[in-house]
Amino acid sequence: MDPSTWLYPLAGGALIGLAAAMMMFLHGKIAGISGIFGTLITGEAGAGDRDWRLAFVGGLLVGGLVWFAVDPGQFALTVDRSYGAVVAAGLLVGFGTRMGNGCTSGHGVCGLTRMSRRSAVATATFMGTGALAVFLVNRLFGGVI
Amino acid sequence: MRLLSHFAAGVIFALGLAISGMTRPDKVIGFLDFTGAWDPSLMFVMAGAIAVNVALFYPTIRRARPVFAPKFGIPSRSDIDLRLVGGAALFGAGWGLGGYCPGPGLASASTLAPKGLTFVVAMIAGMSLFKFAQQASMGRAARKAQGAVQRLGA
Repeated sequence: MDPSTWLYPLAGGALIGLAAAMMMFLHGKIAGISGIFGTLITGEAGAGDRDWRLAFVGGLLVGGLVWFAVDPGQFALTVDRSYGAVVAAGLLVGFGTRMGNGCTSGHGVCGLTRMSRRSAVATATFMGTGALAVFLVNRLFGGVI
Repeated sequence: MRLLSHFAAGVIFALGLAISGMTRPDKVIGFLDFTGAWDPSLMFVMAGAIAVNVALFYPTIRRARPVFAPKFGIPSRSDIDLRLVGGAALFGAGWGLGGYCPGPGLASASTLAPKGLTFVVAMIAGMSLFKFAQQASMGRAARKAQGAVQRLGA
């Protein structure tokens, strides 16, 4: 198997797990990106609860930029998606993660680690509807939407 | 130190997302394409993340408290409600449609890629939309309760 299929995913995954464990060890917090970012951006986080969210999101942006300088291919958008599709995807992801209280990080990585029933159901659900969306886009639209 | 460590966790998280390929929508969509040319990458991302997190999470929560906080904030709910399942279903549909979840979307937007930025702006709109929908429904519930109280009073 090509290293990009298992070695990089495994190594990157380990870093994600390390970052999540750091958040719990140092701050007692779940590393859920939609919650950290969402409550910051909508103003739901109180005044004393914003600085660390801003620091974490700043780190996400800087980390992305650092790896973009090292290997821009890891950010390549090779799938055919129109701006309309990207906007619809963003709206669904934003609305859905706030409604369901989490995304791939909070429910997937952190929730499954602590064997949360809610997170297991959420993860199975978003994987299921994600697979359905991909199936429909690939079969009905030939992968171009 | 406290804020710096939050920043560092964010940097490490984003490096993990980028190295693993989560910032490549083709990889995510390939993983979700169970009936086509399936790409198992994301399974390895989850395996790596959960293995490291499990190894560190359980010894961590046996400690008296986190380094910079008075206590561990671990969710205690276990009820499955429509809001959880419906929200996850909508999120998954968007994830499969665009190939970005929130973290990789933010990390990609940092490169100023036009579609990455577009995704994040739309995601912020979606998050705000949910907040307004929630406030509106809470307002309706409050008015309803108030009406019921008034009827009882009369």
